[in-house]
Amino acid sequence: MSETQKNTPAPQPSTWAKIAGGNIGLSIGAVLASFILGGLLIAATDPATQKAASYFFARPTDTLVAGWTAATEAYMALFQGAFYNPAGRSFAQQIRPITETLTVATPLIFAGLAVALSFRAGLFNIGAQGQVILGALVSGWVAINAGLPAAATIPLIILGGIIGGGIWGGIIGLLKAKTGAHEVILSIMMNYIAANLLVYLLKTPLLQREGSSNPISEQLGADAVYPLLLGNPFRLHLGFIIALLAVLFVSWLLNRSTLGFRLRAVGANPNAATTAGISVSNSYIIVMAISGALAGLAGSAQVAGTEKVISTGIAGSLGFDAITVALLGRSTPWGTFWAALLFGAFRAGGVTMQVSTGTDIDIVLVLQALIVLFIAAPPLVRAIFRLPNPQGVPHKKSARKSKKAQEA
Amino acid sequence: MTLTAESSSSAPAQAKNWKNPVIYTVLALLSTFLIGLRAPATTISLGVADQVSWLDLDPLQISPVAYGWTASLIMLALAGYALYATQTGRPIGRWLAPTFWFFFATGLLTWALGSTSNPSLSLVSLLNGAVLLSIPMIFGSMGGLLCERSGIVNIAIEGQLLLGAFSAALVGSMTKNPWLGLLAAMAGGLLVSALLALFSIKYLVDQVIVGVVVNVLVSGLTGFLFARVLEPNASVLNSAPRLPAFEIPVLSQIPVLGPVLFNQNVLVYLMYLVVGLIWFALNKTRWGLRTRAVGEHPKAADTLGVKVNRLRAGNVLLAGAVAGMGGAFFTLVSVSSFNSDMTAGQGYIALAALIFGRWTPIGALSAALLFGFSLNLQYVLSILGTSVPTELLAMMPYLVTIFAVAGLVGRSRGPAAVGTAYVKE
Amino acid sequence: MKLELRKVTKRFGDFTANDSIDLTVTPGSVHCLLGENGAGKSTLMNVIFGLYRPTEGQIYIDDQPVNFKGPEDAMAAGIGMVHQHFMLVPVFTVAENVALGSESVKGLTLDLETTRQKIREISDRYGFEVDPDALVEDLPVGVQQRVEIIKALVREAQVLILDEPTAVLTPAETDQLLGIMDQLRKDGKSLLFISHKLREVREISDDITVIRRGKVVGQADPSMSSSELASLMVGKEVQLTVDKEEPTYTDKLFEVENLTLIGDNGVPLLKEVSFQVRGGEILAVAGVQGNGQTELAETIIGLHPKATGSMKLGGKELLGLKTKQVLAAGVGFVPEDRNKDGLVGDFSIAENLILDLYDRPQFSAAGSLKKAAIAENARQAGDLFDIRMGSIEHHASTLSGGNQQKIVVARELSRDLELFVASQPTRGVDVGSIEFIHKRIVQERDKGLPVIIVSTELDEVYGLADRIAVFFHGELMWVVPADTPRSVLGQMMAGASYSEALEAENQDQARPTTPWSEGE
Repeated sequence: MSETQKNTPAPQPSTWAKIAGGNIGLSIGAVLASFILGGLLIAATDPATQKAASYFFARPTDTLVAGWTAATEAYMALFQGAFYNPAGRSFAQQIRPITETLTVATPLIFAGLAVALSFRAGLFNIGAQGQVILGALVSGWVAINAGLPAAATIPLIILGGIIGGGIWGGIIGLLKAKTGAHEVILSIMMNYIAANLLVYLLKTPLLQREGSSNPISEQLGADAVYPLLLGNPFRLHLGFIIALLAVLFVSWLLNRSTLGFRLRAVGANPNAATTAGISVSNSYIIVMAISGALAGLAGSAQVAGTEKVISTGIAGSLGFDAITVALLGRSTPWGTFWAALLFGAFRAGGVTMQVSTGTDIDIVLVLQALIVLFIAAPPLVRAIFRLPNPQGVPHKKSARKSKKAQEA
Repeated sequence: MTLTAESSSSAPAQAKNWKNPVIYTVLALLSTFLIGLRAPATTISLGVADQVSWLDLDPLQISPVAYGWTASLIMLALAGYALYATQTGRPIGRWLAPTFWFFFATGLLTWALGSTSNPSLSLVSLLNGAVLLSIPMIFGSMGGLLCERSGIVNIAIEGQLLLGAFSAALVGSMTKNPWLGLLAAMAGGLLVSALLALFSIKYLVDQVIVGVVVNVLVSGLTGFLFARVLEPNASVLNSAPRLPAFEIPVLSQIPVLGPVLFNQNVLVYLMYLVVGLIWFALNKTRWGLRTRAVGEHPKAADTLGVKVNRLRAGNVLLAGAVAGMGGAFFTLVSVSSFNSDMTAGQGYIALAALIFGRWTPIGALSAALLFGFSLNLQYVLSILGTSVPTELLAMMPYLVTIFAVAGLVGRSRGPAAVGTAYVKE
Repeated sequence: MKLELRKVTKRFGDFTANDSIDLTVTPGSVHCLLGENGAGKSTLMNVIFGLYRPTEGQIYIDDQPVNFKGPEDAMAAGIGMVHQHFMLVPVFTVAENVALGSESVKGLTLDLETTRQKIREISDRYGFEVDPDALVEDLPVGVQQRVEIIKALVREAQVLILDEPTAVLTPAETDQLLGIMDQLRKDGKSLLFISHKLREVREISDDITVIRRGKVVGQADPSMSSSELASLMVGKEVQLTVDKEEPTYTDKLFEVENLTLIGDNGVPLLKEVSFQVRGGEILAVAGVQGNGQTELAETIIGLHPKATGSMKLGGKELLGLKTKQVLAAGVGFVPEDRNKDGLVGDFSIAENLILDLYDRPQFSAAGSLKKAAIAENARQAGDLFDIRMGSIEHHASTLSGGNQQKIVVARELSRDLELFVASQPTRGVDVGSIEFIHKRIVQERDKGLPVIIVSTELDEVYGLADRIAVFFHGELMWVVPADTPRSVLGQMMAGASYSEALEAENQDQARPTTPWSEGE
């Protein structure tokens, strides 16, 4: 350790390395802490609790009980809406929630993979939103105009998503590679351009529904939608299978392929990659195009699988949800998959929760953001739950110190 | 549009720089095609003397066809001159870029106005609305500037605006006092900043990631509270009194500029004050020197005893308060109640303005005004019944920002140390 | 003002960077802290300047104990520091840089005029010739260093710490600096001079403290010979020569002709460089850091596509090829900064060993990596190059500098080469590894390859070279025989032509000079 590395500044731990540096306990702790905070929020805003709080000093237990009830009822509804509904009158109704979760999770898996892949190559693709929109636009246009049998149309729809999102992401990679502009700024701008483009195109004869004055497309025909996996009444569609394949693909890409080796090298140390003959700018273009294509597939799944129509809200807040998914999944393909399922469950359950307990679905966003924040700052969660500092992942302070020792 | 002027004049003499002449040529041809293909038939009536009591002028009658052709021909001539000058290696005068952009902008504007069904409007109200609409973007970009000049990326402007708007509506409604609402807006923005500072400075989380996640958090939180608390009790909790608007005597009687700049909401006057203060503080005070040093080379500042992270944290908090004031626009000026996600991405446009304005107070102010103008133009055009799709116009701020960061229109480079946490060794 | 350290110890975790250091710097003297790279000099400086706090021990100023919470305390106590990497904001003016941290204010506004005044005073007094309104990024390195000194003097420093101040200077600039140090000494300042360059140390120092592996190993006298000082510094008789036979030339040839590279700012980095390296010989490229050697090595490997001229390897033109193609043509390359350009710290040792070979058929098929072959390669390289590691799956960043460098060298030598280029092959490497790497380089030469070594360490240059190419301001001054005297080489590194340098050398034999007493 006595050798000097004087001329090298302390390398900032890469974002991805930090994200990957935690463990399962930490993730569970982060989820728990977020649920507790979210529960407090639900309790505090519950009308019954507030009423009880008006005589808090006379009977404090009333407030606590009311708050507890509000929070647990909401979470119970969330759980039932996400996994299993014991009150369902048939088996199909009972298991419908879990299929809804998978349906909602499908685009999250695609978009989450898109963001995760970009993280691994050292880029932050905050532009998944725009890429989802372009994927949806091209897929939707193909679906409406193909006029072919399903066996031919569906591959074309998938291809459309890949091309639409891939080009939109590729533009960001190209601009970054050729001009050095920061991908975050480019992505944000491309998101808004995509959003405006969507509205514009939905008002032109190219996409607008005949006879409608609203920005909405024709309904997709029966030959131009993803087949249902479990048949009616379940909405779960082919997109989920494609999403699974995408997870396998990204997993192979990152861990086994030469291209992945190259992209990871660029992400971890672009200078060393350049010296080793790897073109950093080409890698940026390639990774943004692949990332965009993955996000575009989320758009295809939304149009051809879930919504069956192009509307202005087709991408929802998928792009930003995807960032939280990738962060929670620590940028690994399977981590992203499970994180997407979790947030998909939140979304699906959130609808039930809103309907049956009047707890607004926006609480889901709060939970999502809190989980990611807690995960991003491990010392916080460790402090809350008194988690041991796992071996091999030194405590931040000592990690810094040992790095310093190497430099000294 | 004068922001772009520098790029042509600062081109190095030794290499021929074809970029600008080519851009000019393309734009000149574009505007010629526009006027040639779809010449508007009507005449624009443009009021210029509104709200100025001592001046009585008839509205200007402008023929978009005549003006369009004139402007196009001038642009073609300028582009030709630029090409010729570049070819022969002569310097292109500083005057060329602003002149070109003036004719391009006005030509496009008359063309767009001429294509409406009833092109009669007042220049004063067009510009006055632009100034008013740019308020949140200006405060937002000032908040971004305070952060970024000290080395912290502020993607959370959107969240600062949104929580600012929310707390302004809530406190303004509860107290029936818009000034307390304004204070609450600042506190709201500050709260968002506190999160940003905590995670990016203390826990060294990537600043962009924190910003994005904090925005999601604020969006969820305000949406949830709005639906669960504000909406059911709208009369008590979500009907804020507005901040007053008033005329500044004498100044407001300057033709055009007077009513545009000095017959405004009090928040506009506060904006003048804030921008002026920030400009002064950044360039002329000890705090400014230190802030700039910390944004460029934090370690150098540290070895001279400047507390880098403390200064950064202070700036981030201040930035939140400033951006929060911009949030007050939505609920204390524009309308008087909160609605979920009502900032609609203006925080991101504020960020774009900051970048387009090259991280300087005056630059960011000009860029935000430009974006505000384009926003107001969309409204005005759709009221006048335009056949030009407003969505394409709405893309403009984003497109010019991409051009700016990609170096097509000038070069936009941020403070050297922005985005990297400072870890004291 | 007297600065004294008593039993100062600084630990980072288990690692002891400074072990019970005693040191006294008296006013009006230059005290040199001599030690190898990594001996703990910089850590000690940071302790004195308040950037680190001592784990044990005490610092005294004029026999009063002091405790610095940060650099501002140290500065307030009269200690100034000239950092090895300048602590200057490039886009600020000199005045703004000097004012930062101790600004004068008039009411609310910054008063830069007072600062300018002070800068002019100091500049006049010591002949610095520094314009307070110049932008720092426009100034030459030597002037930037003077700005650093002004920063300390404006704060009325009585003790001045100079951390490896000559590392970035030309010999002429170095002499100027030594002159400035002499003036400061005469003004009664206490100077603490950190260096591992023996010539400078012997010229300027009044006292010398030698540290090795964090410990004081002894006091030395400036009159001691260089080899005595060197052996104190490294702890054993230094083997300055590398065992090698006379070169046996082969017909493999690397020819460079009129190689020119213009930087982004229009400044030429390489000016019409032409030379040849024959198979079986080592050409050592010498020069002060930043005179085009780095760019030469990078241009050879294809990192500067804008370069013009010609580089032919065995008749094949390399210029215009991409880095990947250059590597494929059989060029092995060890970059000067392994952490920045040679290794991916977050990658495993096995992955680093195939960083530029990952897509060769040996390690991949149909776009997939052959994990078994990669692991086997790592085990072999580990044995062959004696890389001390826990497991081939450990991250490269966990290894010591010497072992990291061995990974880079092992990787580059693991394929069939036509040309081997190594920049600073032993920078920051322990003595044992240096010998090993030097041996391997000589082996490549003896295999008949043309070898180019870029080094700023003259010892390494003399140890390896069959011929020496000297660079100054992007120009190849001359290619000289390996037995050229150091003083001649030094003159050429400062811009003299070979004949001028030889002439000056002959004159210098006659009269002893203090280098700073002339020419200013």
